Amino acid sequence: MKRLTAGLPFIAAVIFGGFFLWGLNPDRDPNEIPSVLISQPAPAFDLDPVPGLETPGLARSDLVGNERPVVVNVFASWCVPCRAEHAVLTRFVERGGMRLFGINYKDKPEDAVKWLNDLGNPYERIGSDLSGRTGIEWGLSGVPETFIVDGGGTVLFRYVGPVVGPDAVERFTQALKQAGALPNGAAL
Amino acid sequence: MFPEIGHFALALALVLALVQSVLPIAGASRGNAVWMKSAQATAIGQVLFVAIAFAALMQAFIASDFTVRNVVENSHSLKPMLYKVAGTWGSHEGSLLLWILILAVFGAGVAWFGSNIPAETKARTLSVQAWISVGFLSFLLLTSNPFERVFPPPLDGNDLNPLLQDMGLAMHPPLLYFGYVGFSIVFSFAVAALLEGRVDPAWARWVRPWTLAAWVSLTAGIALGSWWAYYELGWGGWWFWDPVENVSFMPWLLGTALLHSAIVTEKRDAFKSWTILLAILTFSLSLLGTFIVRSGLLTSVHAFAVDPERGLYILGLLAVSIGGSLALYAWRAPEMEPGGLFRPISREAGLLVNNLILAAATGTVLFGTLYPLILEAVTGDKISVGPPFFNAAFIPMMLALVVFMGLGPFLSWKRADIAGLLDRIRFVAVLAVIAALAAWYLLNGGPIMAYLAILGAAWLLFATLREWALRIRLFEVPLAESARRARNLPRASHGMTLAHAGVAVLMMGMIGSTGWKSEEIVFAGPGTEVTIAGFDITFEGAAKVQGPNYIADRGTLVVRRDGELVTKLFPERRYYPVAESQTTESAIRSTLAGDLYTSIATPASDQVNNAGAWTLRILYEPLVNLIWISSILLVIGGCLSLSDRRLRVGAPRRAKQPASDAVPAE
Repeated sequence: MKRLTAGLPFIAAVIFGGFFLWGLNPDRDPNEIPSVLISQPAPAFDLDPVPGLETPGLARSDLVGNERPVVVNVFASWCVPCRAEHAVLTRFVERGGMRLFGINYKDKPEDAVKWLNDLGNPYERIGSDLSGRTGIEWGLSGVPETFIVDGGGTVLFRYVGPVVGPDAVERFTQALKQAGALPNGAAL
Repeated sequence: MFPEIGHFALALALVLALVQSVLPIAGASRGNAVWMKSAQATAIGQVLFVAIAFAALMQAFIASDFTVRNVVENSHSLKPMLYKVAGTWGSHEGSLLLWILILAVFGAGVAWFGSNIPAETKARTLSVQAWISVGFLSFLLLTSNPFERVFPPPLDGNDLNPLLQDMGLAMHPPLLYFGYVGFSIVFSFAVAALLEGRVDPAWARWVRPWTLAAWVSLTAGIALGSWWAYYELGWGGWWFWDPVENVSFMPWLLGTALLHSAIVTEKRDAFKSWTILLAILTFSLSLLGTFIVRSGLLTSVHAFAVDPERGLYILGLLAVSIGGSLALYAWRAPEMEPGGLFRPISREAGLLVNNLILAAATGTVLFGTLYPLILEAVTGDKISVGPPFFNAAFIPMMLALVVFMGLGPFLSWKRADIAGLLDRIRFVAVLAVIAALAAWYLLNGGPIMAYLAILGAAWLLFATLREWALRIRLFEVPLAESARRARNLPRASHGMTLAHAGVAVLMMGMIGSTGWKSEEIVFAGPGTEVTIAGFDITFEGAAKVQGPNYIADRGTLVVRRDGELVTKLFPERRYYPVAESQTTESAIRSTLAGDLYTSIATPASDQVNNAGAWTLRILYEPLVNLIWISSILLVIGGCLSLSDRRLRVGAPRRAKQPASDAVPAE
């Protein structure tokens, strides 16, 4: 018994060592969070508009049957990176002709209204996800996140975190172009 | 030429380490005194050669020698001198060299000061220390040579990451490493003891000063790192449960347990195999930290450039050192005799509980840190474990620890007098409850957990002070008599009082700055006003400022309270053109009552806000400075204890004085 107890630390160390060896695989990037939704149909949801805002609400049916793929952005007024991202998305909408839908995630309506009034509203439709239920359906890991959805309702691309900075903007632009979501992409 | 000298010195150090790893230990098993003695010379020679290499690298940084690749990648001719010097340990190679230097310093320290250690134990310990040196020196020379030249030399360097150009961070790695690597010598002592198959109170007495020295530096290093994150990263927090923070915290937790269990081994000849295990594990966790930071195994804001080859090499080193020592432990530890017996209520039992809680807390942090990796390996899911887990799991354990921490010092060895104990602490418990209720009445609001924590902090503070007062019989005898008693108390006892009180102060700082923090994030143009925690803050606008190697946007904030000007704050957003990166320089008004913390971020886009609007982040964190003050208390407490005559390194032991008489137990 005593011998077994004394051997426990060694056994634990060997087990941990095995995991470390596995973790050193050079192809593994711990920063990358793959989406289970890629090439899957977008989840079903039907969200009411944000009270106090004239923008209509958002449902899955709004994402389907469009001429070009559309973009769904999950945002909140309490999320600081969303502020930075807001300007980038606005530019894509104004210059690139991207169609942008919003999911306002766990946000007080009055805060969201104030935020959009301050910064401008590039969203065609905004669904208010007060309970966070739709966020779960989409498999959010945090706010902001941005998805590209094609006319058949299939998720083509997911971007975790704010689309801010040259690298992120470049990646996002490439994804939009590949999906064909930018009618006047040349203007960008 | 200097880089070649440095490179050559490293090679010589490796040769010395190879000799030292074989000769003294062979001498110890054969009883050859000359071979054993050789460790003295090789250990000191090693530190000399590694110091020469370190000086050579530093010279390359100071002179901005851009023929050395490491300097090119981490320095720039325009950088302030202080950060050129600090650049020496700013990169993977340089910091590893610093790591090895400290390893050698501790080895030489034992060789130089350890005259009271028996020759055989000393020889074995120094050989084990040399095994570690061989591993890391060869790692440095084979995979990450800091002196590699580059041809043709570029005109200027790439600059050190601007986030790292900061006074606090320049000092952070040396202190942290001193702590991390300081545990190496304790590890070596433990392995030597296992090889000898003998652990006795004398062994614990040799080990304790080194443990304390390492613990003190690690405390200071962690506090500095946290302070740096607080005012440099611009997030307004001081602890994020980031993997790299966790890996420095785990050796600290376990090192704290080791400090306490070594007392039991020293005084009562008990907990022997447990103390050995703690010594091995504490250094193992330090090694693990080195591995995680340098292999890119987990995601973190820290981390060096990732290279799988290096990761494999360190994992190999880990397998040999940790695996080897734990296998040795599994083999030899069961043969150790259990020491002195004790009752369920006694100081031994108190320290046992302390050790169990600290070990469990370390296990929790380890599990939380590695869980994403384990889960990914087993199921392929990628997740991250954040503060909610750690706060939920860790804080209750610490509250339990605090209860015992207040109680422990009142207990006597072997068997404590329960009635007398209750008599002495009743008053303290009542006082703590009154304090918590008073806080509740005055603050009304805030999380319930915070009040429990206030109760714990008050209990610990009062109990610690009461115990100290009892020792010097404050107010029972004339003050002069109390002062005389205080002078006669061993310094280790004052050290304990100070460190335990420091933990109580630390808790108060943590409670204040998390439970009662207020935060405002606004989109501000000139003239915007924000009110927070009784301060009225007006944003007057931002202007461009030119620094030595950066350009900054500097905001001006006027802070008023009740209409009267309090201060002006100038948070900056700096842009470093050479390194092409930005940093936040928050502006803080610090008082003991709390910090008014402001930072400014670049406007989102020129289109949206052409009126010059900025994102302002303003926080009020009550009592946050107590965290740094308490770190100083912990460090002073540790140093006091270290300066105790009983532990003084190399001090001759008083003859014929049994160790258990050194500290009068109540």
